[in-house]
Amino acid sequence: MTKKLKKKIIRIGIGFVLFVAGILLSRFVNEWVGLGFYIAAYITVGADVLKNAAVNIAHGHVFDENFLMIIATLGAVACKEYTEAVAVMLFYQVGECFQSYAVNKSRKSIRALMSIRPDFARVVRDDGQHEVDPSEVRVGDVIVIRPGERVPLDGIVTEGISSLDTAAITGESLPKDISVGTNIVSGCVNLSGVITVSVTNEFAQSTVAKILNLVEEASSKKAKAENFITVFARYYTPIVVCSAALLALVGSLVTHDYMTWIYRAMTFLLISCPCALVISVPLSFFGGIGGAGKKGILIKGGNYMETLSEIDTVVFDKTGTITKGNFATGEISVSQFLKDTKHEEAESYLLKMAALCEASSNHPIAKSIVSAANISGDESAFDINELAGKGVSAVIKGEKWYAGNYKLMADVLPEEELSLTSCHDCLERGTVVYLAKDGKYMGHIHIVDEIKEGAADAIKALKASGIFDTVMLTGDNEESAKTVASSVGIKRFLSNLTPLDKVTAIEKLMGNKEKGKIAFVGDGINDAPVLTRADIGIAMGAMGSDAAIEAADVVIMTDELSKIGEAKKIAKKTLRIVKENIVFALGVKALVLILAAVGFASMWAAIFADVGVAFLAIMNSMRALKA
Amino acid sequence: MTRTFILEDLDCAHCAQKIQDAVAKIDGVSDCKVTFLTQKMVYNVEDAKNEAAEKEMRKIVKNTEPDVTVKAV
Repeated sequence: MTKKLKKKIIRIGIGFVLFVAGILLSRFVNEWVGLGFYIAAYITVGADVLKNAAVNIAHGHVFDENFLMIIATLGAVACKEYTEAVAVMLFYQVGECFQSYAVNKSRKSIRALMSIRPDFARVVRDDGQHEVDPSEVRVGDVIVIRPGERVPLDGIVTEGISSLDTAAITGESLPKDISVGTNIVSGCVNLSGVITVSVTNEFAQSTVAKILNLVEEASSKKAKAENFITVFARYYTPIVVCSAALLALVGSLVTHDYMTWIYRAMTFLLISCPCALVISVPLSFFGGIGGAGKKGILIKGGNYMETLSEIDTVVFDKTGTITKGNFATGEISVSQFLKDTKHEEAESYLLKMAALCEASSNHPIAKSIVSAANISGDESAFDINELAGKGVSAVIKGEKWYAGNYKLMADVLPEEELSLTSCHDCLERGTVVYLAKDGKYMGHIHIVDEIKEGAADAIKALKASGIFDTVMLTGDNEESAKTVASSVGIKRFLSNLTPLDKVTAIEKLMGNKEKGKIAFVGDGINDAPVLTRADIGIAMGAMGSDAAIEAADVVIMTDELSKIGEAKKIAKKTLRIVKENIVFALGVKALVLILAAVGFASMWAAIFADVGVAFLAIMNSMRALKA
Repeated sequence: MTRTFILEDLDCAHCAQKIQDAVAKIDGVSDCKVTFLTQKMVYNVEDAKNEAAEKEMRKIVKNTEPDVTVKAV
């Protein structure tokens, strides 16, 4: 509880005692003595309202809620409703207290969610270990992390064995074992052993700083519902105040019953603050974003939350999303020509040539070939050219090599050589890298990629959460795409796509849709343009991948596909809470306004419609946090 | 330069909006953002006008919400 709130509660307490004394005195002793107590109670309780109103009026803010509150209560006095005037002020203040209590509480729970910020880093210097602020640590510094401490910066373990609780970052509850050479990310908690870590990112670039930034900035990307509320709030107060004036004027002129109409108009003024909506709607989004964050799902703004709740089609990238993306080389098939020239060494020769061609590429397939082959430092390829969507060409020992897919072979091989590449069953077994040299087919290498465990179940579960259509995009050939798609239960797939084709494919899918939104799920490595282009881009397994965090609208820290359905559920729940609040707050206010106009609602009802509704709406919006 | 402040005891959501709108109009200030939930105010200001703008901003906050304490971060 803040100091300000405590003071207010004490004031309300004293005011309440004075008020009760006033009621008793005016009934049993003397009306004037009672009135004195009423005035004392009013001033005690409403001191801050009076002060704020005075300050605001001095600055010409006529539609200030404090000022309107005073007008309303003075209006009640004018109607000789002294008890009501004080009571209304009293209950307004009680309501305000509840409101700030609720807001403080939600701020605190959200802050608790964001408690991943590390307090210090223990740096090893020449003169021993020092606890310093994480922002003072530089790349390459060595830090020591003891059990129970939070990992302050991203780094690589250089000494020690331990396990990490990554729940704060990934939502994953099982601890992760770490040893020398493991990359660890900031924000996790070291559980069992002392570890020494070499820092790889400065604090500003660390995972923890990025996540915190992302969540804080999320509240500035406003959803449609939030923008509606902002506009609504701007017009609501003036409209209600004007209609109150109109009501008082017209009513009085027509019926000559001034008291009744002034009272009704004053009731209007009490409902003139749009607080309930202005606070609760952004709070719901913030809560939803916080709750999702706790599960390792980062949603970059309320607008994305809105889109996420409307998705009914999910487009997957195959590699790294549905499959694990850690490729391994499988069977190597050597052409007759190569067999005749190299005999037993043909296979390792082919693998080596392939590795030399692919040595500088970052593609996961290339990396798997490079790691399978043993290339010594004295051999290397020159003039390496990446042929987008096809493969690479390179010059090794004066001979021009091509390594890539069938499309590439079709470009560089004559008809009779091309026919040699055909092999009946290999297309079904995954990706194939073909090699050719000087117009001759040399052989091919199978690349195996495993499908993620639980992928099929996750995709089935997606359907249950209202996602009717799933599509898979891949640069692979049709046969291998078909195998993967059918084994996880995806009906539609598009194969042989270059990264550019994927963008076109997404655009086409979006163009064909009338309603519902399309999400694209990728690993963020090769598919940043598609992530940006789709209605909503979801990056998976993003721990440590900067590009993915930048390009995507939603970032899923682990690589579990089931989180997509979960993200949609959280978004839907949040949106439902927002709608509930809007309908509830507007509904109650409209109802009380109408009842007040025809004389069925007292100032009590109006106070409930103002602060009571705000309190309830805030409490409701906190449910979004418990995703 | 970018300035960040914490508005302590900012209790009223549409005051946050009012403060944001008014501060955005200060000479030299651009992109003012007040987030009610985090009680944070962030704005860009021309270096030369920084001090004058901060003074003006504090006045605006004081006028809109007298209870709020402005703390520079």
